[in-house]
Amino acid sequence: MRTVFKTSYDADIRLFKHNAQAFWYLLLFAIAIGLPFLVNDFLIGEATLVLIWAICGMGLMILVGQTGQASLGHAAFMAIGAYSNVLYQEHFSMPFLLSFPLSGLTAGVAGALIALPTTRLHGIYLAIATLAISVLAEDLIVILEPITGGVAGLFAPDIQIFGFTFNRYGNPVELYWLVLAITFVIVYLYRNLLRSPLGRSFAAVRDSEVSAKAMGVNVARTKMLAFAVSCTITGLGGALMGHFATVFTHETFNLIMSITLLLIIVVGGLGTIHGAFFGAIVFVLLPLLISFTRDGIASLTGASSITIPGLEQGIFGAILIGFILFEPMGIYGRWFKIRTYFELFPFYRKDMFRRQKSYLKTERTR
Amino acid sequence: MDILQLIVSGLANGCVYGLIALGFVLIYKATESVNFAQGDFMMLGAFITLGFTNAHYMDLPFWLSVLLAISIMGVLGYLLDFVILRRMFGQSQVAVVILTIALGFVIRFIAGAIWGHEPQSLESPIAGSELRFGGLVLGLDEVWVIIITLLLTGVLYLFFARTKLGVAMQASSQNQLAAYYMGIPVKRIHSLIWGLSGIVATIAGILFASKGSIDPAAGLLGIKAFAAAVIGGFGSLPGALLGGIIIGLVEPFAARYMPAGYSQIFPYLILIVMLVVRPHGILSQIQTKKV
Repeated sequence: MRTVFKTSYDADIRLFKHNAQAFWYLLLFAIAIGLPFLVNDFLIGEATLVLIWAICGMGLMILVGQTGQASLGHAAFMAIGAYSNVLYQEHFSMPFLLSFPLSGLTAGVAGALIALPTTRLHGIYLAIATLAISVLAEDLIVILEPITGGVAGLFAPDIQIFGFTFNRYGNPVELYWLVLAITFVIVYLYRNLLRSPLGRSFAAVRDSEVSAKAMGVNVARTKMLAFAVSCTITGLGGALMGHFATVFTHETFNLIMSITLLLIIVVGGLGTIHGAFFGAIVFVLLPLLISFTRDGIASLTGASSITIPGLEQGIFGAILIGFILFEPMGIYGRWFKIRTYFELFPFYRKDMFRRQKSYLKTERTR
Repeated sequence: MDILQLIVSGLANGCVYGLIALGFVLIYKATESVNFAQGDFMMLGAFITLGFTNAHYMDLPFWLSVLLAISIMGVLGYLLDFVILRRMFGQSQVAVVILTIALGFVIRFIAGAIWGHEPQSLESPIAGSELRFGGLVLGLDEVWVIIITLLLTGVLYLFFARTKLGVAMQASSQNQLAAYYMGIPVKRIHSLIWGLSGIVATIAGILFASKGSIDPAAGLLGIKAFAAAVIGGFGSLPGALLGGIIIGLVEPFAARYMPAGYSQIFPYLILIVMLVVRPHGILSQIQTKKV
C-alpha cells in the first residue's frame, strides 16, 4: 500500500493522487483508444453506446452524486440537447463543431431556468417536479410539431467535421474515437470542477445545507449552477445519442429513460466519476448478456429459445434492489472495498465502511 | 347536460387517482418514504383479481376473488416492508425512492410475464351497464367508483379515529420517537401501513380495471396520482382525494375545450405551478422548525 503524505494544500486537490495512479489511468485510456483493434464492429457500437450513456450519467451524477439533488427528469434535457443539435445544423446550417457545444449550452440554460423555481424544493418534492418535467417534455415535443417533427421525429444527419464524415454504420470506429475524445474532455472538466471552489460548494450543499450556508455558500445559486452544469453535460450526451440513434422521436427520450439514467448512476456508485461508467457498462451489456445466456440455455437443452418481454428491465430492477440493500455505494463502492482489503491486507475489518445511520431525519419540518 | 356528464366521468377518474394517491400519503405520513411503486401495486392488485375471476383464468366468483386479491396484496405489502424496506430505515429518502422505482420495474416484469402485455378488462358485475336520467347517460361503473371511494374514505376515517390500531398509526406518523416511547411497536405499524396501502391500491386497481382495461404499463398512472398527492398536500389523507378529484376534473374539461395534445399536459402544469406557489399543497399541515 502506498501512503500519500500531503505536505501542502495543493496536494489535496491534485489531479491524480500519485504518479502510479496517473499511469494506470493513462494505460486505461490507451486501451480505450486501441479497443477497435481488439474487438469487432458490433462491440465497438456497443462501446460507443456505453460512452454516450456514461456522458449522460456524468451529467446526472453532478446533480445527484455531487450536489445531492435527485432528478427524475434528465431525459428531457437529453431531448433538448438532441433536438437543438439537429435543428441548429439543419435550420442555421451550423457545422457540428459549433452546434454541438451550443446544444449543450441550450440544455444548460433550460436547466438553469427550470432550477429557478425548483431549487426551493427538497428531496422528494424535487424528484416529483422533475418527473413532471420529463412527462411534459414528451408532450411538448408532440405539440411543437412544426419544429420538432412531432410523432414522425427528426433525422440526425451524419457528423461532419472539416469535411470528414462520421456515421454509425459507415465508420463506427471513427465515431467511437470521436465519442471517446468528447468523453475524455468531459471527464477532465468534471474532475477539474470537483477540484474547484464550485465543486467543493456542491459537496457542502449535498452534505448539509445549513452548514453550507453557515460557511458562506450561496445555496440557491450553487443549486442553480449545479443544474446548469449537469444539464449541459446531459444535453451533450443527448446530442450524441441523437446522432447514434440517427432517428429519434418524442418516445426516444421518455420517462423510463429518465428513471433508467438515475438507476444507472446508483448501480455504478453515487458521487464518483467511475460510477457513471460502471453503471453504463452494466446497463448496456446486460441485454447482451441475457441474450447470450438465453441462446446458451437454448442450445444446451435443445429447446427453442424463450423470449420474455421486459426481462431486461426486470433483472435490472432486481439487481438494483440488491445494490441498494447490500451495497449502497454501488459497483464502485464494492471495488473500493476489495481494493482496500488487499491494500490493508491483514488489518481489514468488516465494519470499516459501515455507514452511520441517522434516525428521525424528517423532511416535513423544514 | 354535457357538462354534467364530464363532471361525473371526471369525478370517477379522480376517485381512482385519489385512491392511488391515498396509498402514497399513507406511507409517506407514517414512514417518511415515498412508494414510487404504488401505481404498480394498483396494477398488480387489478391483475390478481383478474386472474382469479376472469373466465379463461380461474373463473371464481367476483366477490371471492376481490377478497382473495385484497388479502394477498395486504400480505404482500406487509412482507415487502418486513423483508426489504425495514432495512432502509433511517437512510436517505432518495435511496428509498430509487428502491421503490426498481421495485416497480420488477412488479411490472412479473405481471407482464404472468398475464402478458396485452390490455385486458376485468369481468366484474359493475362493468358495462348504464343509468339513464332523461338525456343524461351515466355508466354504472362510474357511479360505483364514486360510491366505493366515498365508502372507503368513511371506513378509513373511522379506522383512524376510532380503532386502537388507527390511533397508533396516527401517533407513529406524527412522531416516531415519542410513539416508540409510548410503547407503540413502530416498526410493525410501518409494515401494517404498507399492507393497508397495498389494500387501498388493490381497490383502486379493481375500480380502474372494471372501468376500462388494464395492462402492465398502467402502473405509470401512478405519476398522475403523484400530481394529485402533491396538489392536495403530501401529508394529508383528504388532500389526496381532493387532489385526485381536481386532476380528474381538469382532464376531461381540458380534453373537451382545448386543442388536441394539450389536455394531457394539464395535470403536470398544475403540479409544477402548485410546487412553485405552494409546495406543501392545498391541505397541508405546515409546521415550522423552531431552533
